[in-house]
Amino acid sequence: MIPAEFQPIVYALVYILVAPLLGGLIAGIDRKVTARMQGRVGPPILQPFYDVGKLFEKENPVVTVTQNFYVLSYLVFMVVAGALFFSGGDMLLVIFAFTLSHIFIVLGAYASYSPYSHVGAERELLQIIAYEPMIIMTAVGMYMVTKSFFVSTIVSSAVPIILYLPGVFIGYLIVLTIKLRKSPFDLSTSHHAHQEIVKGVTTDFAGPNLGKIEIAHWYEYVFLLGVIWLFFAWNPLVAVAAIVVAYFLEILIDNTFSRVKWQLMLRSAWIIAGTLGLVNLGVLYYLGMVVMP
Amino acid sequence: MTYLAKSPWIVHYNASSCNGCDIEILAALTPVFDVERFGIINTGNPKHADILLCTGSVNEQNKVPLKNVYDQMPEPKVVIAIGICAATGGIFRECYNVQGGIDKVIPVDVFVPGCAARPESIIDGVVTALGILEKKRAAMLQKGSAEGTKAGETV
Amino acid sequence: MIFSGGSLVHILDLLGYLILFPLIAAIFLLFERRDSSRSLIVQLSAVAIGIVSLLLLVLGYNRDTLLYAVGSEQVGQVMFFIELLMVAFILYLAVKHRKTLAAVLVLLQAGLLVWFETSLSHGLHVANNLFVDQFSIIMALIIGIIGTLICVYAVGYMETYHTRHPEVRDRRNIFFAILFLFLAAMFGLVFSNNLLWVFFFWEITTLCSFLLIGYSETEEATNNSFLALVMNLLGGLAFLAALIWLVLSDPSGRLLDLNYLLTTGKALALVPAVLICFAGITKAALMPFSSWLVGAMVAPTPVSALLHSSTMVKAGVYIIVKFAPVLSGTTEGLMIALVGGMTFALASFMAISQNNAKKVLAYSTIANLGLIVACAGVGTYNLMWVAILLIIFHAIAKSLLFLCVGTVENRIGSRNIEDMGGLIVRMPRIAIMMFIGMAGMFLAPFGMVISKWAAIEAFIQAPFGLIFIAILAFGGSATVFFWSKWMGKIISVMREQEVLEDTVKKEKWVVLWILTGLVVVVCLIFPVISWVLIEPFVLNIYGQTAGLAQANLTIMIMMLCLLMIMPLSMLFYRKGPHVPATPYMGGRPMDGNMHFAGSLGNSREVVLSNYYLEKMFGEERLFMIGTSMCWGLLLIAGIMLVGVML
Repeated sequence: MIPAEFQPIVYALVYILVAPLLGGLIAGIDRKVTARMQGRVGPPILQPFYDVGKLFEKENPVVTVTQNFYVLSYLVFMVVAGALFFSGGDMLLVIFAFTLSHIFIVLGAYASYSPYSHVGAERELLQIIAYEPMIIMTAVGMYMVTKSFFVSTIVSSAVPIILYLPGVFIGYLIVLTIKLRKSPFDLSTSHHAHQEIVKGVTTDFAGPNLGKIEIAHWYEYVFLLGVIWLFFAWNPLVAVAAIVVAYFLEILIDNTFSRVKWQLMLRSAWIIAGTLGLVNLGVLYYLGMVVMP
Repeated sequence: MTYLAKSPWIVHYNASSCNGCDIEILAALTPVFDVERFGIINTGNPKHADILLCTGSVNEQNKVPLKNVYDQMPEPKVVIAIGICAATGGIFRECYNVQGGIDKVIPVDVFVPGCAARPESIIDGVVTALGILEKKRAAMLQKGSAEGTKAGETV
Repeated sequence: MIFSGGSLVHILDLLGYLILFPLIAAIFLLFERRDSSRSLIVQLSAVAIGIVSLLLLVLGYNRDTLLYAVGSEQVGQVMFFIELLMVAFILYLAVKHRKTLAAVLVLLQAGLLVWFETSLSHGLHVANNLFVDQFSIIMALIIGIIGTLICVYAVGYMETYHTRHPEVRDRRNIFFAILFLFLAAMFGLVFSNNLLWVFFFWEITTLCSFLLIGYSETEEATNNSFLALVMNLLGGLAFLAALIWLVLSDPSGRLLDLNYLLTTGKALALVPAVLICFAGITKAALMPFSSWLVGAMVAPTPVSALLHSSTMVKAGVYIIVKFAPVLSGTTEGLMIALVGGMTFALASFMAISQNNAKKVLAYSTIANLGLIVACAGVGTYNLMWVAILLIIFHAIAKSLLFLCVGTVENRIGSRNIEDMGGLIVRMPRIAIMMFIGMAGMFLAPFGMVISKWAAIEAFIQAPFGLIFIAILAFGGSATVFFWSKWMGKIISVMREQEVLEDTVKKEKWVVLWILTGLVVVVCLIFPVISWVLIEPFVLNIYGQTAGLAQANLTIMIMMLCLLMIMPLSMLFYRKGPHVPATPYMGGRPMDGNMHFAGSLGNSREVVLSNYYLEKMFGEERLFMIGTSMCWGLLLIAGIMLVGVML
């Protein structure tokens, strides 16, 4: 057995090593399922790894050398956020590190002064402000149920958190669509070819820099799905099933909706998801403070 | 075999095509031909692409944009000229403003003839291009190790 | 009462020094018209004041509240006399500029003052007029270090200002005298235990800000200075009403003792607390009164920096945080907290729609003050801790940002954010400082995010905390938006730009580098600040105290170090192989100057503008909503207060 004080470090290391493999695999399955939904054969499951491998085989043209720094920081802080999460750290700190890493990719896009990446950066910022309140509410909801912001406590709680936080969970799924860059909320950049602003945020990154962004996305996938796990942490089997169903739903939505304007995205995330989350939290608060103080 | 051959991303540039070849290129992306089977993605961005698919002949208006798009693709890269206009200027070659095929402006690696070129032959052209891509990669590596690291300074 | 016997320097001497020394410096500056000697006086005084405030920290940090019986009836008389002089002066200006409302308010105040002095002040005796505790020390450090740094910066700035604005009358001697008078008044405010003294210094800050805002004597400046005056006089009236209430409840004047009043409990202290908090809300420019701070932008930039970071608005939140224990758990306190919360959210939203750099900073200040008041209004022990932390971090980062924007404005001749594109090429060092300042305002693991995080953890345990968490979540994300897009503007790399910052003076660089260093260092050592100053203070009042978990602190500091190491990767990238590329422009032919060939051979420049989302976050609409809601909340608090009084 690992001594208790080293456990967080071990979990963090496991995340750092395994998450990119897992994330890449998820991306591969995603593309395969998408292709099947469209009546195509689709690429091999390992295609995302080939893509990133190829990107690292290419040269690295940059408009300004600072772009390298922003992309590297994006990747590093994404890893930090995920590692903090999986080592059982404070949810709020994880969220702040997560935001920090996204600010870096936005800055990288701004730095190049191309109109396409500029619009992409503005839209990415809109996406950040759209999902952030809901993610904070998710953390607050978990605190209300388990009385702790620490992932280690939340995950070992025997309480089925989902039963207390159904509204928060649905709200989280809504903003998850934004985070996974799925239609209808893939405003800043898209995995599909039909992007009206070329490739948005990633337009001016090429070769290894783009590869790093892809790897950061993989880390991000694993972290985001890990949050779903927390809702179902009392039963690992149910948790895995929930993650599979949730991800499948996201792919289905991706393939059945067209992209919306930013106004609708912001309203969906703030008004619909926000209301769901707040009402849910309000009821919990009322029960916690008044009914069972 | 490198990863390059498993993940060729394309960018499509219409120089001054009649759209016949363009429709055939897009047809290759449909479920019938499904080029994503081979990892081919239409990126729409030269900075992400490995293969430039070019249709139509070159004229005064589009030769600089074509050159720009080509220059912005990171090495190694290949160019495929799709259709007879892209190869020689086709029926437009005698026009007062047409300069001829796209090889007048940028180096072309594969010519796919036809008016319009069929999706099968376009896919075949791309597969041929993969071999050239790998050779270019090998050449790039050799050149890199011979020259040492290129030092450059931008802001 | 504990005396600081044994040490070489008596703490009381330091307090007296801090209040009187800036006053003496002000008098010298008033009569000094030569640039070189003015600069010397300002720099020497700044160093002297800074050192003494640090000395105060060293001697006073580990003591309980120290109370001092100084001053006498005569001092009170002199204060009354000066207050009357101020009233006469303001009345003269109000009549001169035909500002009826200001004249009416100042007359009302004069009447109340005279009535108070003639019929109520007999037999008033406050045992201890001065005091010092850890919170005062924190405030003193902010005033003594950041405030004076801004004064040093102002010397160079005002020189450039007058060469750029020849139409403005050169009254720099008065300007600097007022700056130092302002500092003296702020020191007086945070060290006074007698509420009459607090009120006296309070009114001086109102007068100083009024004069500084109107410095350029343009019509806009005059109007905005009177706007500030009217709102602050309104607050002053509320303050005076609180004093009268206190004296009427206990004619011996014992209740005028601030630290005694705070211990008397809610029954006695609530009414004056709410009235004084109303005064604090006007001074801190919260929502119904936010327009004066936005209007104050017409003043020279060092004035804005001073008003926003170390003086004026900080006086407002200082007094509200002081009364937080009284407010905690009361409905009136909740209303005040809601005013703060609404202000935080709406001001953050409004900042999105602004392209005037100083206005963005102004709204960000208003938002953060709102957050501080929200914390103080709810008033639990951990929120008090957060509020003080916010005051510290905000003061440092905001002063840095104002001074940077001032420098940029003097060079590029615009305060529009859209004109700041490519600042990283044109003014690289200033751009990096602004970058750090902004990071301090909204990025983890810098100060404001630490505070927001602690605020979430604290609100969740407080009554009605969920409302404030929602406000924090939505308002906080708006903060991310407007800061990041500004950051993006600064760092976008445009080619073929000339470097503009070589003309910036040396003393300005010193000030800017010190402030930049403070943003980072205070972040690194804030656990020490919390442990040495904030926690004892909170413990003293509530009997328990807050702090972040040890594990989290370690991680935060590691993140900060990582963030400082990351830019070193640039060294590697600069050397390593890379291929220069042009930004993607859809293949259009471009030259290095970002001009592209449009149709018919026209050459067009690429102009990229940020999103301002006017329709959703427009200033006017949100201001209407915010003002009416906050007036409503204040009205409810007022009605409840009348209920309590009766």
